[in-house]
Amino acid sequence: MSGGTTPKIRLRGLAKAFGPKVVLDGVDLDIRAGHSMVILGGSGSGKSVTLKCILGLIQPDAGLIEVDGQDLSKLTRREREALNDRIGMLFQNGALFDSLPVWENVCFKLLAQRRITRRAARDKAAEVLAQVGLAASVGDLSPAELSGGMQKRVGLARAIAAEPDIIFFDEPTTGLDPIMGAVIDGLIVDCVKRLGATAVSITHDMASARRIGDDAAMIHKGKIVWTGAAATLGATGNALVDQFAKGEREGPIQMELRR
Amino acid sequence: MDRALDLTAGLGRAAILVLRGAGAVALFAAEALLHLLRPPFYGRLFLRAFVEIAWFSLPVVALTAVFTGMVLALQSYTGFARFNAEGAVANVVVLSITRELGPVLAGLMVAGRIGAAFAAEIGTMRVTDQIDALTTLSTNPMKYLVAPRLLAGTLALPLLVVVADILGVMGGWLIGTQQLGFASGAYLKATFDFLETWDVVSGLIKAAVFGFIVTLMGCWCGYNSGGGAQGVGRATTAAVVSSSILILASDYVLTAMMFSR
Ligand SMILES: Nc1ncnc2c1ncn2[C@@H]1O[C@H](COP(=O)(O)OP(=O)(O)O)[C@@H](O)[C@H]1O
Ligand SMILES: [Mg+2]
Repeated sequence: MSGGTTPKIRLRGLAKAFGPKVVLDGVDLDIRAGHSMVILGGSGSGKSVTLKCILGLIQPDAGLIEVDGQDLSKLTRREREALNDRIGMLFQNGALFDSLPVWENVCFKLLAQRRITRRAARDKAAEVLAQVGLAASVGDLSPAELSGGMQKRVGLARAIAAEPDIIFFDEPTTGLDPIMGAVIDGLIVDCVKRLGATAVSITHDMASARRIGDDAAMIHKGKIVWTGAAATLGATGNALVDQFAKGEREGPIQMELRR
Repeated sequence: MDRALDLTAGLGRAAILVLRGAGAVALFAAEALLHLLRPPFYGRLFLRAFVEIAWFSLPVVALTAVFTGMVLALQSYTGFARFNAEGAVANVVVLSITRELGPVLAGLMVAGRIGAAFAAEIGTMRVTDQIDALTTLSTNPMKYLVAPRLLAGTLALPLLVVVADILGVMGGWLIGTQQLGFASGAYLKATFDFLETWDVVSGLIKAAVFGFIVTLMGCWCGYNSGGGAQGVGRATTAAVVSSSILILASDYVLTAMMFSR
């Protein structure tokens, strides 16, 4: 895919089961540096688990994860923390800290890394909030006071505030109306471009996938079954992907309605 | 024969589970304590937890202590009257409160308030990915969530027990002077004449241990909470039940260690 150069993130044979339930069954994936990858797949297909494995939040049962050619299982705890310092993550449900005001959420990582004083953090938060289209006054609200769309934006602001060079977006537009979804997609594209970051986004939404992604990959039954250009989604010639893209009931993907 | 085997096998399994759980909790506690030694230190979070434990538990602990002191005075008076030892009421009240009831009742009250609150708060953070979010935001969740709370609990409970000791003795004094006909000065003199420093200090040491237990179990149960609202509910119940039992069990061990002469 990336012809010779080391991919930013390389997954090989990544496997994870929770008890008897096999979630990842040998995931192989290359994510090109400075590009935007979207991962598609049905609910519960292990997309979030994949990201959590890369972040070190879940210990995979087997397989290789490399970032910049470095095997993550060989990192010391300090090196692992240093790597996480460079990764931003937007969680599927926001995961904003509801005990803290928005401005402290946004600048949490900068404050934790002591790159900024508490006094300067409010101004910095206002600046980052502006980048995601929110007024500075939002900074003084509590996350519980925000609408779903605003929470996503604050989550996005928190993920980019420390200017990471890898960013993960877990279903950034799920649960939003189509217009807000498009707005968030636009913000993501802008942010990623401005930071020159490598981005990995998870989505169910084809329009969103085409807007955000350079590359796309589809995960099904614990494996990557297709990778290709995001622009080709919908006409990939892969029966699984095309069924998913068109949302058809009939096709190779059979929903397990009963168990 | 088979029955007996089943029974022993079941007991064995239960014992293994308990031991494994105890080991896991001990490792969890050790990790949190190590974080107290290495920066960054979260003074703000420590203060917040300290205020929540010490200040907001004050009303419950105070009420419990006053009534316990009152009941103790009444009970010991009527009981001791049977062998003409009514004079010992003041001593019985102060010894029972400082050595035993102050720390244990304060511990149980705080277990209900704080153990439950911490388990619910941290459990909610677990099931909404906030704990994972901490890790991705350059913050160690053990250091940020658990360590300050453990320290706060260990330091706050002795403070609460000092208040409980004073109010418990006051409750006894109130009944002694108003209802049982003791002279105020004589009651207080009897209270302090036989009181030794160790009576109070041993109670404060117990309190520190109980404070540690309550916050530890609250944090542990929340941290390992299962999914959803149900998981958090279970974590909350488990925190209160386990810390209450551990308070009573460790109270026995501590008492045996402190007063076995
Ligand atoms: N910590 C966990 N413990 C047990 N099961 C889990 C855990 N995390 C995820 N799973 C299971 O793994 C499967 C994949 O989850 P996930 O990656 O979140 O799906 P999605 O592709 O929708 O993001 C789900 O069936 C989920 O129940
Ligand atoms: Mg998911």
